[in-house]
Amino acid sequence: MWSFSHIANEMHEGLSATFNPTMTLIIEMVIAGVAVIGLFAGLGLVLVIMERKVSAWMQIRLGPNRVGPKGMLQSLADTLKLIVKEGLTPNGADKFLFNLAPFIAMIVAMLLMAPIAFARDFQLWDLNIGVLYVSAVSSIMVISILMAGWASNNKYSLMGAMRSGAQIVSYELSAGLSILAIVVLTGSLSLSDIIHSQADGWWIFKGHIPVLIAFVTFIIAVTAETNRAPFDLAEAESELTAGFHTEYSGMKFALFFLAEYVNVFIVCAIGATLFLGGWMPFHIGNWQGFNHVMDYIPSSLWFFGKTFFLIFVIMWFRWTFPRLRIDQLLNLEWKYLLPISMFNLLLVTLMAIMGWHF
Amino acid sequence: MNVTQILFWFLSVLALFGALMVVTSKNPVHSVLWLIATFFSISGHYILLNAQFLAIVNIIVYAGAIMVLFLFVIMLMNLNKTTEPKKNRWLKLAGGVAGGCLLLVFIAALKSSEITQQTAEVKTGDIGLIKNLGRELFSTYVVPFEISSILFLSAMVGAVVIGKKE
Repeated sequence: MWSFSHIANEMHEGLSATFNPTMTLIIEMVIAGVAVIGLFAGLGLVLVIMERKVSAWMQIRLGPNRVGPKGMLQSLADTLKLIVKEGLTPNGADKFLFNLAPFIAMIVAMLLMAPIAFARDFQLWDLNIGVLYVSAVSSIMVISILMAGWASNNKYSLMGAMRSGAQIVSYELSAGLSILAIVVLTGSLSLSDIIHSQADGWWIFKGHIPVLIAFVTFIIAVTAETNRAPFDLAEAESELTAGFHTEYSGMKFALFFLAEYVNVFIVCAIGATLFLGGWMPFHIGNWQGFNHVMDYIPSSLWFFGKTFFLIFVIMWFRWTFPRLRIDQLLNLEWKYLLPISMFNLLLVTLMAIMGWHF
Repeated sequence: MNVTQILFWFLSVLALFGALMVVTSKNPVHSVLWLIATFFSISGHYILLNAQFLAIVNIIVYAGAIMVLFLFVIMLMNLNKTTEPKKNRWLKLAGGVAGGCLLLVFIAALKSSEITQQTAEVKTGDIGLIKNLGRELFSTYVVPFEISSILFLSAMVGAVVIGKKE
């Protein structure tokens, strides 16, 4: 079988046979790092072209259609343009912080890759507090945005950074509470335990309406956390030119752009893991034949399928809803989402104690 | 020197250097960013002690939430070199003397304590894992835990009341 865990095991055995344990560990770390960077580059290219095609489809346009077959190489050409473009640093900027900010955005996005299970038994780091790790590291993202906005020495950038700071800090709460709903049901913070608890059915089906509410809250909150429309006040083009990355150009801008798309991928992967069972195939109760057919589809395909479905949903939001005002945005979080998700957490706890889920 | 020791020294130097830079930086925004670096190295120490939960909570609460609010306020107030108040030279001297006295008291207190004889449990202790920590909090320390949560609740209610007053 050509599964990811099989390849990883083969590689580990092959390296262990030739090198001593320390050397093996170092080589494996290098391979993992290169793989993550490769995945990054691939995701950036795929998600940008996907966004443009989805938006074109929503608005009954054609979208990019000149470079390559059906315009599929457009993002590759854009990347080439961004690489050769000069990265300017404004004179009044805080040079060190200005240049550091895009790298922090990238590092945070890379760190978030660690606990995600891409396929059956294929995970970089299965730590026992995986869910907490994700919410902790993703809260560092806002620092890079604030840093970029402040160091640019530009009032549009500063206002964009301020808005995104207020937004991310407040929406983190309801994202955290909706994640906690699943943690309460599973009784574990480790992502692999959460996936294994969904072997007989995904939480979104097993958990009745409370989990459905948690799922909807989660999707709204992560859309806000990744600064995407309808919550893209941080870079509202019509008001702030480009928000916190107004002054960035060339590869530094590309890093912010890439980090945004990779973050979308990561939050969708977490959502798929928590609510849609990660790499677990779709099973229906006692239908043995149906379940066997589903088992034949590789686990990595299940994971990426669910993740890309959620990414499509988030893109759908972007091209459907108009942008919110800042007061509407904060009202939505503090007056609606937060009370609802707190009450919902109580319901889920009751459900977990009484054993009302399947 | 094994890897743990190298990491320990690296993190310690980073934490002390970051803390010094917090105090000596001219720019308040730089100070806050150095404080974030210090919190990260302290979280690294927690991980060395196998207290992963504490490390992550330290990052969520301090580096993620409180420091972001600090940055927010400082950026909004637009503090920079020109708005920094001139401090009296005698005030600086008095501050130095007071700080030195505090350091002296700490050293005197720690020198005779038992802590110097005990070495930290590196990578073996499991009290920092979330299961044990939760059990301790809800059995041995349940009363202080609940009292502190009431304190937080009253702070939240107070914030809402202040916010409501036009």
